[in-house]
Amino acid sequence: MATHPESGTTSMISLRGVSKTFDKTIHAVVDVDLEIAEGEVVVIVGPSGSGKSTVLRCINLLEVPTEGYVTVDGFELLDPKTDIDHVRAEVGMVFQQFNLFPHLTVIENITLAQRKVRGRSRSEAVEVAMGQLTRVGIPEKADAYPRQLSGGQQQRVAIARSLAMDPKVMLFDEPTSALDPEMVKEVLDVMLELAAGGMTMVVVTHEMGFAKAAADRLVFIDEGVIVEIGLPEEVFSNPKHDRTRAFFDKILY
Amino acid sequence: MIGEVATKSSRHRAEGTARVRDEKPWWDTFPWWGVFIAGVLAWMAFQIRTQDDYALAWERIIPGLSLTLVATIEAFAIALLLGLTAGMGQLSRNIVVRNVARTYVEFIRGIPMLPLIFTVALILVPETSDYVNQRLDAWFGVTYKLSFQMRATVTLALIYGAYMAEIFRGGIQSIPPGQSEAGRSLGLTRRQTMRSVVLPQAMRAIIPPLGNDFIAILKDTSLLSVLGVLEITQRGRQFSASTFKFREGYFVVSFIYLCLTLGLSLLLGVLERRMTRDRKGER
Repeated sequence: MATHPESGTTSMISLRGVSKTFDKTIHAVVDVDLEIAEGEVVVIVGPSGSGKSTVLRCINLLEVPTEGYVTVDGFELLDPKTDIDHVRAEVGMVFQQFNLFPHLTVIENITLAQRKVRGRSRSEAVEVAMGQLTRVGIPEKADAYPRQLSGGQQQRVAIARSLAMDPKVMLFDEPTSALDPEMVKEVLDVMLELAAGGMTMVVVTHEMGFAKAAADRLVFIDEGVIVEIGLPEEVFSNPKHDRTRAFFDKILY
Repeated sequence: MIGEVATKSSRHRAEGTARVRDEKPWWDTFPWWGVFIAGVLAWMAFQIRTQDDYALAWERIIPGLSLTLVATIEAFAIALLLGLTAGMGQLSRNIVVRNVARTYVEFIRGIPMLPLIFTVALILVPETSDYVNQRLDAWFGVTYKLSFQMRATVTLALIYGAYMAEIFRGGIQSIPPGQSEAGRSLGLTRRQTMRSVVLPQAMRAIIPPLGNDFIAILKDTSLLSVLGVLEITQRGRQFSASTFKFREGYFVVSFIYLCLTLGLSLLLGVLERRMTRDRKGER
């Protein structure tokens, strides 16, 4: 396991020299190093197209890095001997577009992977699913289809679906960006509670309020490079880099 | 779009005026074509019932119905397997599988059905069956003989398998990549994601064109007649040629095909409506 540079504890997630190039010419991510400890909440911000989502997607190999090493929970992801499906079961992911399975009910959405991957019985999976649905506040929607739910409810189901796998890490890829404004809070509340409960989280978001409230560290990425990294308050109020300052000047008021 | 326009215009109108859409009289949207076709079929049935020549043609031709139906179902079943395999094969990560599937589809689609049936039935099967039978005899002590009906059915299946491959491929590709990403990120394998997440959703896009192919196969079983298989068309040809009653023979043949195809498309319509109704229920 990689060692965390600051605290000296072992890292849950470790990116070393990670680069991702699309079509041989588009450098989405360039030489990113990032160590994330167990229980840490890291928020990644940056302009659109800066590569922040690509960094996130490298952590569960939805994007395969062109260079570098990715370690999650001690597994070297780019090692051909690593069973990526096994690692992915430990890494939950929440998408901007929710990506619920539209042909399945809420409860079926949440039990599918539990049964197929975790090998749980139907009753056990339903029990876990109902527990998670209660946690995100919509147990009464168990038999609804995703289309019958609001965006905020769909995203909470998506979070419950990931949590039902008992993941060690949760990745959030702009989880509130596709939501109507009045639904952002209900999703952020769930995430805040999760962070308070000690979940290791990597969150790509534009919600600076969430970053202030929950982030242990804030990462600012621009043009595929980590420009600045530190405590959220420090990065917000006293950015060291011009690019960081320019970005926050535009989005903070 | 239409709804929008209607709302706008109704807002401008005086109160109490019906909306534009509601003003269309019932006879404007009534399926007159259905009445017309039903009328024609009834008239045809009446001819067959009442006129001796037509009745004779009917008697001679109708025994071919079971052959036509059996060939249709067999060809469709084999084509379905071929289509699913080749359709998913084209999306495979394996370069060999991908190229074999693509070659099959392009090759088959480029040859008209009739020459292909002759090629398979009169050249490919005879030339390979000796060799294959030798092996089978040596290894398992059995031999086989493919009837002309089976040869033609397999050829039909080969052709429609290639068409269906494109239907399956298109259906699978119509599912947004986020769906399989969600499946994979939960730890489902590639295969599990395909089976439980992608294919069930793709079926919505796949079933209607597959139904059309079923009807097309039914009609194309008439090509089996060129190999002397005694299905409807061949019986019609024989009847006409031996009695010189061409009008009666082909009249009856057309009547049978029309009943089958129209009946099937009615069924398909019901199936499609049921599928769209389910979809609305999900909203």
